[in-house]
Amino acid sequence: MRDDSPAAWLGRAVAILLLVVFAAFFVVPIVWLLIAPTKTDRQMLLDAPFSFGSLQTVADNWQSLVSFQDGLLWTWIGNSAFYCIAALAITLVTSIPAGYALALTEFRGRKALLATTLIVMLVPSTALVLPIFLELSAVHLIGNPLAAILPFSFFPFGVYLTYIYFSTAISRDLLDAARIDGASEVQVFARVAMPLATPVIALVGFFSFTSNWNNYFLPYVMLPGRKAPIQVGLAEMLSNVPQFNPTNAASSTISLSALALATLVAIAPVMIVFLFAQRFLVTGMTAGGTKE
Amino acid sequence: MERAQRQVGLAFISLYTVFLVLFGLLPSAYAIYLAFTKRNAFVGVANFVKVFKDYRFLPAVEHVGLYLVVWLVSLIILVVVLAIIVHAIGVKWLSTGVRFLYYIPGALAGASSVMLWLFVLDPTVSPVSFLLHGLGFNSFVETVQADHLPVTLAIIAFWTGAGGWIIVMYGALNNISRDVIEAARVDGAGPIRTAWFIQIPLLRKWIAYMVVLSFAGGTQLFVEPRVLSQASRGVVSQDYSLNQLAFLYAFKQSDFNGSAAISLVLLVVALVLSVIFVFRGGLFERA
Repeated sequence: MRDDSPAAWLGRAVAILLLVVFAAFFVVPIVWLLIAPTKTDRQMLLDAPFSFGSLQTVADNWQSLVSFQDGLLWTWIGNSAFYCIAALAITLVTSIPAGYALALTEFRGRKALLATTLIVMLVPSTALVLPIFLELSAVHLIGNPLAAILPFSFFPFGVYLTYIYFSTAISRDLLDAARIDGASEVQVFARVAMPLATPVIALVGFFSFTSNWNNYFLPYVMLPGRKAPIQVGLAEMLSNVPQFNPTNAASSTISLSALALATLVAIAPVMIVFLFAQRFLVTGMTAGGTKE
Repeated sequence: MERAQRQVGLAFISLYTVFLVLFGLLPSAYAIYLAFTKRNAFVGVANFVKVFKDYRFLPAVEHVGLYLVVWLVSLIILVVVLAIIVHAIGVKWLSTGVRFLYYIPGALAGASSVMLWLFVLDPTVSPVSFLLHGLGFNSFVETVQADHLPVTLAIIAFWTGAGGWIIVMYGALNNISRDVIEAARVDGAGPIRTAWFIQIPLLRKWIAYMVVLSFAGGTQLFVEPRVLSQASRGVVSQDYSLNQLAFLYAFKQSDFNGSAAISLVLLVVALVLSVIFVFRGGLFERA
């Protein structure tokens, strides 16, 4: 039944207007970023914001990025991939069993560990960056890839997601049935729980990878120079853009549109993961709210 | 059997617990130690007094505070309103599509989102240059003047984060039973009354969750002002936020004790909020 009074009609119009305005707000900058590398700096300044330049310009910009300090950009991307994938592996190995144990086994200190995990999970990771820096510089790990990989691997949110998943998706009865069939505790985990765990592994992997890939503050203090990941490198690149630093006499300069292309390159891996992950994301982000 | 379960439980949490100690508890303990000592000698609250008296400290608190007010108010109002509107869309593909569009910027965080906003905020190249010119900004440096920086930073943070929260609220709205909504409609409640008297009260826990996480995260402000400072050649100062100040203490002044004192203040704020929320927020009852 549709209410067609003028007030209801007006309400719907306002609602649609809001939806459209915010869709534009969220999407316009990204669309602009996709177009920007097709234009030269001159075209960026003079042409309409959404006019298309040429693919040749993209190639030129690509060339200038590739040659920027002997391919430093690729070193940064490689670093990011290395740190994030190593951390992802450690995160899965540590958090999946931990979440399982918290959800489906009994041991002393279980409640305390769960409460600590929840609390640490809600503390923003940036709050611990300088304390971890101070700690790691006391043991002389600054500048070592481990200084990023190890803190990246500590991911209490992953433990929480796994805990929620196992406590809702798997019943203790199912595990008991396997036990009666003679399965050992490790076999119960490996043969009953793990085959059902694919969705939560994907979810933990997704959040771990994207948050580490986008992390700026932690690697910025831990890993300077050539060891930096792309997020830190991108900000570094900024100081080679004459528009932003006219006094800089750096030998290799980066044009504005090449910087836009570099930004695209930096976000591409996360964007791709996003496109593939969107379906299960909605489920995951509301994991805490599902009722039993 | 019970014993075997206990052993496996302990074995399974052991590795995670090591990380929890090394990168959660130990750094916090070390920060506490550093904050109350100087050259390994106990100095009471001297480090705190020193950083509080630093001429840069109060302005940084003020900057972060203003930013938080603007950001949190807009986050609460807009996220709730948009989630309710998106939830009311009857066409499935449209609703999914809108949610996805809103969520896309979530892929950009850290330096890359600020980098994109450098372009958006520069009237000479911006996709919304007409808006910036309309507001009277003709150069990047004018756009990032200190007095409207809290608003600018709030817009950037909203752009990256709001979509995720809209999805969370949308999920929570799905948990409200249709019968309740239907009953309200039969009683003659329009969409606004339904939202105000039924949906928003049932979203309260989730709104609290968003506010706690956003408030704690917002106090940590670092990358946005840092990159803007780099790009504006110091128009945005290097010590704009508290974390930047803590950073300068550690890296420019080699004063780890002062740095630890500021970090500890921020950590305690986040920790207190988090503890209150875990035990009082109503979201983690099962724990």
